[in-house]
Amino acid sequence: MADVPLPKEKWTGSIGELELGNSQDKGGSRRSVRLGGNRGMPFLSFEDGERRMIAMAGLVADSLDEVPQPVRDAFGDDAKDPVRWARTWAARGADLICLHLTSTNPEEGDASPESAADTVMAVLKAVDLPLIVYGSGHEEKDSKVLEKVGERARGERLLLGHAEESAYKSVAAAAMANGHAVIGFSNLDINLAKQIVILLTDFGLGKGDIVIDPLMAALGMGLEYSYSVNERIRISALSGDNMLRVPMICDCTSAWKAREATDDVPHAGDTLERGVWWEATTALAALLSGADILVLGHPEAMELARMAVSDLGGEN
Amino acid sequence: MATAIEIFKHLPKKNCGECKYPTCLAFAMQLANNKAKLDDCPHMSEAGRNALASSSAPPIRLVRIGTGRNTVDMGDETELYRHDKRFFHPTAFALRVSDDLSIEELEKKVDHARSLHFERVGQVLKLDIVEVECRSGDGVKYVQTLEHVSKLVDWPLVLRCRDPVIMSAAANRMRERRPLLHGADPDNIKEMVATSKSSGCPLVLCSDDLGKLTDMVEVARKEGVEDLVLDPMPGNMKDMLERCTVIRRSAIRKTFRGLGYPIYLGMPVGKNGMLMALTAVMKYGSLLSFEEMPSSQALPLLVLRQNIYTDPQVPIQVKPYLYPVNNPGPDAPILFTTNFSLTYFTVLSDIEKSKVPVWLQVVDTEGLSVLTAYSAGKLTADSVRNALEASGANGRSNRGMLVIPGMVARMSVKLNESTGLQIVVGPKESSALPKFLRSMN
Ligand code: B12
Ligand code: SF4
Repeated sequence: MADVPLPKEKWTGSIGELELGNSQDKGGSRRSVRLGGNRGMPFLSFEDGERRMIAMAGLVADSLDEVPQPVRDAFGDDAKDPVRWARTWAARGADLICLHLTSTNPEEGDASPESAADTVMAVLKAVDLPLIVYGSGHEEKDSKVLEKVGERARGERLLLGHAEESAYKSVAAAAMANGHAVIGFSNLDINLAKQIVILLTDFGLGKGDIVIDPLMAALGMGLEYSYSVNERIRISALSGDNMLRVPMICDCTSAWKAREATDDVPHAGDTLERGVWWEATTALAALLSGADILVLGHPEAMELARMAVSDLGGEN
Repeated sequence: MATAIEIFKHLPKKNCGECKYPTCLAFAMQLANNKAKLDDCPHMSEAGRNALASSSAPPIRLVRIGTGRNTVDMGDETELYRHDKRFFHPTAFALRVSDDLSIEELEKKVDHARSLHFERVGQVLKLDIVEVECRSGDGVKYVQTLEHVSKLVDWPLVLRCRDPVIMSAAANRMRERRPLLHGADPDNIKEMVATSKSSGCPLVLCSDDLGKLTDMVEVARKEGVEDLVLDPMPGNMKDMLERCTVIRRSAIRKTFRGLGYPIYLGMPVGKNGMLMALTAVMKYGSLLSFEEMPSSQALPLLVLRQNIYTDPQVPIQVKPYLYPVNNPGPDAPILFTTNFSLTYFTVLSDIEKSKVPVWLQVVDTEGLSVLTAYSAGKLTADSVRNALEASGANGRSNRGMLVIPGMVARMSVKLNESTGLQIVVGPKESSALPKFLRSMN
């Protein structure tokens, strides 16, 4: 029989490791999740014997203003309370909670940093999963909110979102002072992804404290750009680019903003089912192009993503 | 394609210049870049020509099924990653029917396949192929079913049958339509290759072992059968991803001829099957065969294929132009948007919903969406003014008003200065346009 040599790529680099959530012996109160460490393109066991660890984060927000309707509906009344919402996610097998403190937006609820931190502490108490925490996207306010949150949750090793080129110092400082990790966001461009890691490490963060978010565009909304940017980032990291060897987070919830996901389209089936597949398809593209953490909104989309990871021989 | 140096080795080295290049080496360099043809050198030896012809064959063979307007091309890919250039031949989707279905069931299934037909950003998204499986074990029945299906749709066909006798009859009956034959396994390969040869129809080779597949390729090629497709028969998603990757990488990176063919994959039913299919679209599947295709999963699958197979260098665009929507007259307002297809078609369908007549000016932003174009400096007050001037918009509409996308409200002042028109800031999302336009009238 013909011998087919395995066409392995000769990678020289690997994805750095990162841990989220601290257990008691490390000063926290929760399980921890360990990511990264891979030495090949996603899910190719002939190239990388290490099993791929994928963490699935469930979206929770403290205000429903920006949460897509079908996602809200999936949680019923629980969506009105971030603590109950987070508990539901934990029961449905999420590995992480991704908490958006939308209520702090000065143009909306303008909740105080203290009350936002109270919410974070309440969620931390209710579930033993590691937390990703975002502000509202309002630059000035976020720096105050994340500073407060960082302080109060000291020791728990949160992942704080997010730092970007034009605004990273306050988030980075909040993380460094309290042992948290930071998401470095950039806009669909490998050089910008690298740039934010350089800025953050120059500021003093270790590479083991950074996750990059290269912006996952949803199916039908530029997914192909993200897919290729992610692949390029992964290839560069595996080829030895030190600044890009940090784990990657892909937020797939924007899938619900694509109108084709849930609009009535003749012959395109049930709108909710289609929406779930829209988010799951976005997630699958993220997984195959290099994501280590997925943020998902709908529990059924998370189930599909988890099914995919296990079918691909990964772990979550 | 081989490098210039490799090609040079096989050239006559006369440096006579008859190929219109001064030296053989210069000619080799042009060949390596696909800028010259081997035939331009009149002095090639037979041996040299053969050596070069085989090394210049594409790493993955192009296989075509179907005839006339209804053909599906598979293979002829040159990249592992789409960002290196692009993926060329979109994964084809086949829906499977079988000869044990009643006529009604058969027609229902084919109708369902046909109903999955969508228009998106100016392109048609649909399934491509009907696969007809022989389950009855009855050759007469199988051919009858094939003939019936042929009357129902003019799509290319896959004949799925492992019995070489039945396949031979069926293939010869259907050869006019150039179906794909599925397929040969190590036990029936001789007969199947003979059928492929006599009918001229491409053949799928099936084995879950890539070494055996390579052997089967060898057997077929010895018989002169070159239009081959490989079915690596993965039992699960992991096997599929790995086998497809090995096949694609071997063909492209190592120019391993034994695996340089398109890939056929049969999808299991259920959610795992759809996840597998989505993966195969991204990772090297050429033809996916489905036993069922739930409507709610079809559109995500088709859109994923469209996304992955767009040219990374060229976003899908529409022509910059002043488009009349809903029969506008001189009192209809002018709106502008960008020439990114996704943006244009989204806005267009919302304006159509409003039934309000408008002139829609499409500004050339090199295929970028509103905010992307604005951030990239491709959507400016000047570019909008130039577009309006070029299309003569002001002569068409006498409202003296320009409705702009809400996302770029910050352009208002400059736009007013450069166009002299009254600027009306529209909604951020075009979904709010129907209400907005109706209230404006
Ligand atoms: C895919 C994408 C890209 C792709 C390009 C896709 C393309 N062909 O346009 C790529 C990767 C190339 C890209 C690049 C950049 N991008 Co970009 N990109 C996106 C992304 C993810 C989706 C854009 C999209 O397709 N939207 C869908 C279309 C349909 O939306 P739209 O055109 O705006 O149309 C809607 C409305 O505007 C409105 N509308 C449209 N026309 C009209 C007309 C009227 C009259 C009215 C009333 C309404 C209306 O209705 C439409 C439907 O709702 C967005 C983020 C996001 N999720 O939105 C960022 C985004 C647009 N990009 C952004 C940026 C900054 C950039 C870059 C400058 C960054 C960089 N990497 O250097 C570059 C610039 C490009 C360049 N060539 O230099 C920013 C813009 C920031 C800002 N607020 O100005 C965004 C918002 C991301 C972010 N959150 O930071 N990008
Ligand atoms: S025609 Fe042939 S032999 Fe003459 S220079 Fe060109 S390549 Fe060389």
